[in-house]
Amino acid sequence: MNETSALIILVAAILTNNILLTNFLGMCSFIACSGQIGTAVGLGTAVTFVMTTTTMLNYVIYHCVLIPLGLCHLTFIVFIVVIAAFVQFVEMFVERFSPKLYFALGIFLPLITVNCAILGASLFMIIRKYNFLQSVGFGLGAGLGWALAIILMAGLRQKMRYSNVPEPFRGVSIAMIVTCVLAMAFMGFAGMVAIQ
Amino acid sequence: MIYVWSVLSFAGLTVTLAAVLMVAEQLLVNYGVCKLDINAGEKPLEVEGGRTLLESLYANEIFIPSACGGKGTCGHCKIIVSSGGGPVLPTETSHLTRKEIRMHVRLACQVKIREDIYVRIPEEMLNVKMFSATIQSTIQLTYDIKEIRMKLNDPAEISQRPGQYVQVEAPSPDGDVFRAYSISSPAYQPEMVELVVRLAPGGVASTYLHNLNVGDPVSFTGPYGEFYLNEDPSTEIICVGGGCGMAPIKNIIYSIYDRWPDRSCWLFFGCRTTADIFYLKEFEELSAKHENFHVVYALSDELADGGRWEGETGFIHLAVDKYLEAGIARQAFLCGPPPMIEAVTRVLKGKGITAEDIFYDEF
Repeated sequence: MNETSALIILVAAILTNNILLTNFLGMCSFIACSGQIGTAVGLGTAVTFVMTTTTMLNYVIYHCVLIPLGLCHLTFIVFIVVIAAFVQFVEMFVERFSPKLYFALGIFLPLITVNCAILGASLFMIIRKYNFLQSVGFGLGAGLGWALAIILMAGLRQKMRYSNVPEPFRGVSIAMIVTCVLAMAFMGFAGMVAIQ
Repeated sequence: MIYVWSVLSFAGLTVTLAAVLMVAEQLLVNYGVCKLDINAGEKPLEVEGGRTLLESLYANEIFIPSACGGKGTCGHCKIIVSSGGGPVLPTETSHLTRKEIRMHVRLACQVKIREDIYVRIPEEMLNVKMFSATIQSTIQLTYDIKEIRMKLNDPAEISQRPGQYVQVEAPSPDGDVFRAYSISSPAYQPEMVELVVRLAPGGVASTYLHNLNVGDPVSFTGPYGEFYLNEDPSTEIICVGGGCGMAPIKNIIYSIYDRWPDRSCWLFFGCRTTADIFYLKEFEELSAKHENFHVVYALSDELADGGRWEGETGFIHLAVDKYLEAGIARQAFLCGPPPMIEAVTRVLKGKGITAEDIFYDEF
């Protein structure tokens, strides 16, 4: 059993163990949707919400269904199906009860289904043997960390529009290089808190 | 044993989740009946909420032009939604200008009906009907262009203006699609619609139309289009076209000489080689009957060995430049590929025709 407190896991997941900048999960939507701060905030919020709730949901399913039935080899596929179904449900729910938020999130909600960071968070929770509270902390932290990274990136890319980037580096190439620099900057947090 | 358990429990989970989603859909995505008001009370409708505006309008036999089948890619289904449409979606912004957004123009295929909705649709579009017709004849005009004549069954007559187009319904693996084709038969033959269709490689509708035989049924909606021919017979009409851009031009010319036998009109038609030439004989006959009708065909490619051509050569805008004198009241209708339109527009402006009198259709 892991003894770290949920609060420490939360902080660590945001800064030292940022799921995007140290584990490189969720890169595709990170690169594709970091053009503008507005969209980055929308997608970041959606990812945070879905990540927190699906980690909880998957924790329950893993410990109450998969382990008792001895079906741990089904973890991956079950998690993916649960995430996809949950995103669908959230989409319907938001559309019905908060059209404003629905329009703000727009096409980003369904995009989350294929975000590997969401699945990654659920899998880390299993590998690191977190208990329920720790899982919630980790899910929320990882989501916030992902949101922080994409918002920072969007800010940088908006600034970069006025810079004279050499022709061969324009677009995705410079975005990858900037991500790399950002990841190195986050390494500065390394000694602060440590989680396994 | 473990395999059976795995398959069973996974199937069980999937079925449970699907069931939960279906129940949720029943409970959540149910907007009940909404009011759909067209042109401030002119045509109040009641529609089932939850569908798109375009679908609901089609279900009520109001045919808004749409070429992509509601995918939000063609941008044809623009209408004004004065209230009840929600905010403009990211899928629409690429098709709308700032001015249009201020005027509450929306893409009907992207607006979902969730509450009472008030829309404005031009009077003309309300007159658009769904026609069912039978293929009367097909003629291969060139190696890739076919003339297709359709006899109308229901309604039996179409009231169209030259320059207008219809949208033919063509079956495709992803459901029916609608593609726009200009009407090439003149307005005084209301009992039929003729199209000039070029076979586009991989094109859904053009392949479908090219493979139709005499007697086959076909359906389309129409007429659409905002082009109005200048009614003053002293205004000279200039038609410039290339390829299947012939369709609206043929309609314009025959309609003109039905009404004003002495009206002055020029036809410039650009082809690559002699193999691209069609309708030349028909127009020469017409020009023999009406002395003010002038036909100029031009070939842009070098003549093949043994070919004979006594007409113009070079791109069509050079011929336009050569024949037209400056300073006459004119209305011009251009129909062809974008580079041709651009070049001809430049020449016509040099001849003193204002931009408001130049109409064009690019394809």
